[in-house]
Amino acid sequence: MPKDHGIGASPKRREDIRFLSGTGNYTDDINLRGQAYVHFLRSDVAHGKINGINTEAAAGMPGVLRIFTGADFEGVGSIPCGWQITDKHGQPMQEPAHPVLAQGKVRHVGDPIAAVVAESAAQARDAAEAIELDIEELPAVVNMKAALEEGATKVHDDLTSNLCYDWGFVEENKPAVEEAFQKAAHVTTLELVNNRLVANPMEPRVAVGDFNRASGDSTLYTTSQNPHVIRLLMGAFVLGIPEHKLRVVAPDVGGGFGTKIFHYAEEAFCTFAAKALNRPVKWTSSRSEAFISDAHGRDHVTKIELALDSDNNFIALRTDTMANMGAYLSTFAPSVPTWLHGTLMAGNYKTPLIYVNVKAVFTNTVPVDAYRGAGRPEATYQLERVIDKAARELGVDPIALRRQNFITEFPYATPVAVEYDTGDYHATMDKLEEMADFKGFAKRREASAAKGKLRGLGMNCYIEACGIAPSNLVGQLGARAGLYESATVRVNATGGLVVMTGSHSHGQGHETSFPQVIAEMIGIDESMVEIVHGDTARTPMGMGTYGSRSLAVGGSAMFRATEKIIAKAKKIAAHLMEAADADIELKDGAFSVAGTDKSVAWGDVCLAAYVPHNYPLEEIEPGLEETAFYDPSNFTYPSGAYACEVEVDPETGKVTIERFSAADDFGNVVNPMIVEGQVHGGLAQGIGQALLEGAVYDENGQLLNASYMDYAMPRASDVPFYQVDHSCATPCTHNPLGVKGCGEAGAIGSPPAVVNAVIDALQSAGRDVTHIDMPLSPSRVWQAMHG
Amino acid sequence: MTQVSMTVNGVAASGDVEGRTLLVSFLRDQLELTGTHVGCDTSQCGACVVHVNGEAVKSCTMLALEAEGAEVSTIEGQAAPDGTLNTIQQAFQDHHGLQCGFCTPGMVMSAAALLKENPKPSEAEIRDYLEGNICRCTGYHNIVKAIMAASGQDVSAIAAE
Ligand code: FES
Ligand code: FES
Repeated sequence: MPKDHGIGASPKRREDIRFLSGTGNYTDDINLRGQAYVHFLRSDVAHGKINGINTEAAAGMPGVLRIFTGADFEGVGSIPCGWQITDKHGQPMQEPAHPVLAQGKVRHVGDPIAAVVAESAAQARDAAEAIELDIEELPAVVNMKAALEEGATKVHDDLTSNLCYDWGFVEENKPAVEEAFQKAAHVTTLELVNNRLVANPMEPRVAVGDFNRASGDSTLYTTSQNPHVIRLLMGAFVLGIPEHKLRVVAPDVGGGFGTKIFHYAEEAFCTFAAKALNRPVKWTSSRSEAFISDAHGRDHVTKIELALDSDNNFIALRTDTMANMGAYLSTFAPSVPTWLHGTLMAGNYKTPLIYVNVKAVFTNTVPVDAYRGAGRPEATYQLERVIDKAARELGVDPIALRRQNFITEFPYATPVAVEYDTGDYHATMDKLEEMADFKGFAKRREASAAKGKLRGLGMNCYIEACGIAPSNLVGQLGARAGLYESATVRVNATGGLVVMTGSHSHGQGHETSFPQVIAEMIGIDESMVEIVHGDTARTPMGMGTYGSRSLAVGGSAMFRATEKIIAKAKKIAAHLMEAADADIELKDGAFSVAGTDKSVAWGDVCLAAYVPHNYPLEEIEPGLEETAFYDPSNFTYPSGAYACEVEVDPETGKVTIERFSAADDFGNVVNPMIVEGQVHGGLAQGIGQALLEGAVYDENGQLLNASYMDYAMPRASDVPFYQVDHSCATPCTHNPLGVKGCGEAGAIGSPPAVVNAVIDALQSAGRDVTHIDMPLSPSRVWQAMHG
Repeated sequence: MTQVSMTVNGVAASGDVEGRTLLVSFLRDQLELTGTHVGCDTSQCGACVVHVNGEAVKSCTMLALEAEGAEVSTIEGQAAPDGTLNTIQQAFQDHHGLQCGFCTPGMVMSAAALLKENPKPSEAEIRDYLEGNICRCTGYHNIVKAIMAASGQDVSAIAAE
């Protein structure tokens, strides 16, 4: 019987009621009295020198309140980067300034040049069109290889080159890796592109700045995954507002996928302009604007080499990557191709020697940063593709080759500096073989052939590192922030609880799943627990939601705070029942004295805490409210095995996904319904990357597919019903809930399965195709078949 | 500015709009019915779907003035007056057909229009019909499942939750 309550149950989501009835409160739904609107005039060239901005005519247009340019922001800080990488020579990365509005130069299409604030959005837009710009277009650097060439045009004149950093990991391993390659019986090499993606949460970004002249307080309402991080970055580094005078609210947020982690210029602008004009200032991004101003994801060009001995054991791995940073360093950009990518290169395998080189490159394109998976999909894709290629070259079964090299003993310290606590890769592979019905594949292939279609089966494994931690380690690695999470649990006098969490939900359903944990711990109904998130004025300092960290880190903080609550409540109960603290048990919402029939209800203890007439006032304070900050000792390591079956139409090259199966190990699961939904969404994004999506720049730095007319978002008819399973659970050993992360797995694990399946389909028809770069559009597949 | 009048969710509504004002802006900004969302500027995403005289319409692609005298219904008008969700809304909750909720109003309104013209659509028919509704969160699995369930079909055999 599935549970109907507590951990492991799937109660319906309580947040759905407001979303389904149109009463959600997204940032664009917020309208403040006296609000003005800003429209940003953005660069339409990728690289140029600003010779002049004439705002005179525009300033006289109806409704215009003020026009801001870079000159207004000269005394204001640069949009900061939150992670500093040290290169292989021990030098810090090159870090350019990132002004709120362009100063002197524009560096990508979409770079904001001027901002018109007017009485209405339409008036602001109209006036922006009347601004006269004198911009001298400069040659754009778009291609990463060309950007690194001697004498290439520089994106930033004050840097020595377009190289942000050249990172070697682990640098000391390099000679041993090279030696292993010399001795290898077989080396498989693969060059590939991890395509640039646009995150595209369905809610475009919005910011509303507000200023209270009487108190001097600023408030920013914004579409963010982490309001405290925005408050810290914007307050301390850009605008110089102390945190107690700045409140950041991220209400209902319509999806994030990484791109709403970062601190953006528009947020700083609205906060700044609200003070300057003494009026609330609102910005709502259009979708077209989002394409050229939201940070993009991926965009790696990689060469990977796998060395095997004569028994097909993996003996070494070497990988060389160019990672696009775009024109400026977005908040966490430098960490993505390094610590979130290099550390994952061992995958599920006991390869003893690994060397990872990453060159991060500035180009005249939109900044690139974390997008669902962030670094881990790039690692997984290259590794699982090269293993598949090796299996074909060696003529061995790709599953057998993987199984032979699986890590089987835990904890396992990889040669790339992380220690996996738990996992059972054979178990998820066994599960996958059953779910995906590998045995029935030959029949299905025949059936496809009868229709004139080529059927292919592809699979892969993945490992993920979620809940990046601990803070003292990430500090050494260059993070300029801590990576703990916080929770305050407030018990009210009549027994209901409010949890103020630093985690943020933008679709993950925390309002439903977090109460399940507390309900389980205390033995009360979930309806007695309310979750508050997304407001720096109402929640303790927290780091927010990204990297599949909410339950593992934020949930653990809530667990710890609840433990403190229970410990104190037991003391109160002991007093009420005149028993020893140690004899008190809590079960089903009642405290009892072990071995007796004495008991006192949860609600009575809570009431005693706030109406302390009969209360041990000499020993403990009244009230029942506790805060915990939880700093994990390690990442969590979800893993799994995925399989995809495709049909390829040999006439057109069109690929259709016929089946997709995912066997995941997420450790303990609090709400299976939500977990499965997270996997479904990740799979669609991974399938989107593999078959449909990819931001394309021309040589002048124009983004050619900056709308939904041109950028192929996955639609309902592009994907099948998925089969997902998370029954192979090896609980995490170092967090109190035994949970891992599930938010990114689908997006990390699925692209290689899709590509492996297409290669399998083509090879089955005798085509000597070993690789096609994503997205596997009909034209690319057709060309590969006929090339 | 021109005056426009229409019936929205059964209630008479009017206001002054510019010729270029979109129906979605009129609903969101003037009537404060913010349940209808804007997810794109090329008429692709479907976050803005409402019903105009019983037909599903992308309200970002219709001028407010074009809805003069029309019967408009939005997501806010779907539940019963006491707040009880309608069959489609309830199926979305039961089958976890939404995550962030941003595409949801448009999905529900499109699903209602589909079921009106095709009371028992197949999986493929649902997927085809949703061509103009993009969801970035759910991978569509549970949306399709919810719509099948709302049309009275047995979805217990569909993989997973
Ligand atoms: S907002 Fe109407 S289709 Fe996107
Ligand atoms: S639920 Fe978030 S876009 Fe569909």
